[in-house]
Amino acid sequence: MATLTLNQIRKTFGKTEVIHGVDIDVRDGEFIVIVGPSGCGKSTLLRMVAGLETVTSGEILIDDRRVNEEEPMDRDIAMVFQNYALYPHMTVFDNMAYGLKIAKTPKSEIEDRVATAAKMLQLEPYLARKPRELSGGQRQRVAMGRAIVRKPSLFLFDEPLSNLDAKLRVQMRLEIKDLQKQLGITSLYVTHDQVEAMTLADRMIVMNGGVADQIGAPLEVYENPATEFVAGFIGSPATNFLPARLFSPRDARIKTIGIRPEHATLTTAGSGRLPAKIVFTEALGAETLLHLRLDTGESFTIRQDGTAPVPTEGTACGIDWPDSRELDFDEAGKRL
Amino acid sequence: MEKRVTFKGWLLPMLLLLPQVFITAAFFFYPAGQAIYQSLFIPDPFGLSMQYVGLGNFEYLAKDPYYRASFVTTAVFSGLVTVVSMGMALYLAVLADRLIKGSGTYRTLLIWPYAVAPAVAGVLWLFMFNTRVGVISWYLGLLGYDWNHVLNETEAMGLVVVASSWGRVSYNFLFFLAGLQAIPRSVIEAAAIDGARFWTRFRTIVFPLLSPTTFFLLVVNIVYAFFETFGVIHTITSGGPQQATTILVYKVYKDGFVGQDLGSSAAQSVVLLLVVGLLTVIQFKYIERRVHY
Ligand SMILES: Nc1ncnc2c1ncn2[C@@H]1O[C@H](COP(=O)(O)OP(=O)(O)OP(=O)(O)O)[C@@H](O)[C@H]1O
Ligand SMILES: [Mg+2]
Repeated sequence: MATLTLNQIRKTFGKTEVIHGVDIDVRDGEFIVIVGPSGCGKSTLLRMVAGLETVTSGEILIDDRRVNEEEPMDRDIAMVFQNYALYPHMTVFDNMAYGLKIAKTPKSEIEDRVATAAKMLQLEPYLARKPRELSGGQRQRVAMGRAIVRKPSLFLFDEPLSNLDAKLRVQMRLEIKDLQKQLGITSLYVTHDQVEAMTLADRMIVMNGGVADQIGAPLEVYENPATEFVAGFIGSPATNFLPARLFSPRDARIKTIGIRPEHATLTTAGSGRLPAKIVFTEALGAETLLHLRLDTGESFTIRQDGTAPVPTEGTACGIDWPDSRELDFDEAGKRL
Repeated sequence: MEKRVTFKGWLLPMLLLLPQVFITAAFFFYPAGQAIYQSLFIPDPFGLSMQYVGLGNFEYLAKDPYYRASFVTTAVFSGLVTVVSMGMALYLAVLADRLIKGSGTYRTLLIWPYAVAPAVAGVLWLFMFNTRVGVISWYLGLLGYDWNHVLNETEAMGLVVVASSWGRVSYNFLFFLAGLQAIPRSVIEAAAIDGARFWTRFRTIVFPLLSPTTFFLLVVNIVYAFFETFGVIHTITSGGPQQATTILVYKVYKDGFVGQDLGSSAAQSVVLLLVVGLLTVIQFKYIERRVHY
């Protein structure tokens, strides 16, 4: 168990800087999820913590010990890779025991620990198999097992579920969360899937182009996005953004306002804040998505309860929302 | 999906195959048949008649101490050439694999020796180690070492091994480098995080994953050392001093073309044919199974 601190971490590949000064304080036992679109530098950040990538500037502290110059094997971490990175020539047992053997753990203890992990992960029937004889989900479990038998002070996950099908992903997500709670090991988890981030994280870090836009608990980030990017990235369907010039803004600095689909309501034509037309409706059962086009041309999505009547496509209508739900952003995309 | 070119009819495919069939027949089957046939006879000293002796030539070989010595020489020579050329190639490949930039340049430079014909390589090394004018033997002389591979059997063996391995390093290097680069980076990284340092990683992950390549090269290099090093040996030592570097192939040549003992020479060729056949069978049997994983 450990704390992790990143101080003004920067990373440059050649001449391009891809991480522009990231600060994070991870508490002992916390599950932190780094979420962001493809190419924003999530993996690079994680690999720097692992010691697989050098740090251009800034400081990484594990338990207040500076580890910038330490080799991966000296950092007492375990990592689960996106492609699992199992040792193809070793059995499941040997894959899990590898790190322990290197650490010269007594044989009986190795067997104990692997057996415990295998039980936890339902891998007992497969211990004698090679990775190529396993399904994707089983391989994923072996990768998890390899990480947990070593009882590291820090877990790193790089999109461990992205190669699984949707159903298995949901199931493994729960298992990972459960496992991390049981073991209480500080974890850093990278994903581009915001649902995964919301469900797993104690706190999440939303990254955008090499910058940590916001750090906070999932609901806090959802309720109070710090930037236009975060508001658009977290939440599904995505937040509606409208240029402030469509209204008479309360504040001259406001350039864009955001309204989440679930916070807007449909009104009859002529009422509400903005006139619009229903283009297309998606009745999904529990909820219905209404895709509208404003008379000024912008698209807008409203999410309403599945029990509410579904309006016919093509009819004119209005849109309304409570003031308290309006998210105001300035020119630079910062929340006001 | 495998992409296949298909022909209509059989005339065109036959026609296209013909050159290869002809070459194989003329330069492999015919001489091999001749060798097997001749190995059963002893020609008279003037080459005017032949006397059938059955397996007499083989029995004679089995009892010939020089032939048996040549077997040992061949085993030592092939073993050394294989170990030296593969060891060196693996070492260079591991170094090149760690480079991200500039590995292309190293690769190109390291491939060049492969383009040098064995006989030319032999002459090259002969010049460097020439007992009177050789650069290296001169430097060795300065260091107080009196190099003379013309008289010293160990030095002669050392020289032909080095000369034969030199060009081979390139070939092996290419395969090893390709093999190393086919190992997923993340597997190596996972091992590093699991606590394995460079040498442990090499021993427990890299080398086992490289084993198909290693095994393939092992067979190919042994075959090379058995047969294709003729030029090197011929130019450097001519099999001497005494019999010290007379490997089986060279003995075939010496006994047949120099000694004019065609029956024995043919019998030796047949033995070699069997050795090669055996190596090929081993190669296919194991490479199909992909060794290890
Ligand atoms: N070795 C490298 N050399 C040069 N540029 C690199 C290197 N590795 C990553 N980059 C660049 O750094 C940026 C961040 O890459 P990174 O792999 O961290 O993205 P990511 O957020 O993990 O994306 P994804 O979700 O697709 O995995 C990208 O623009 C990428 O092109
Ligand atoms: Mg990534």
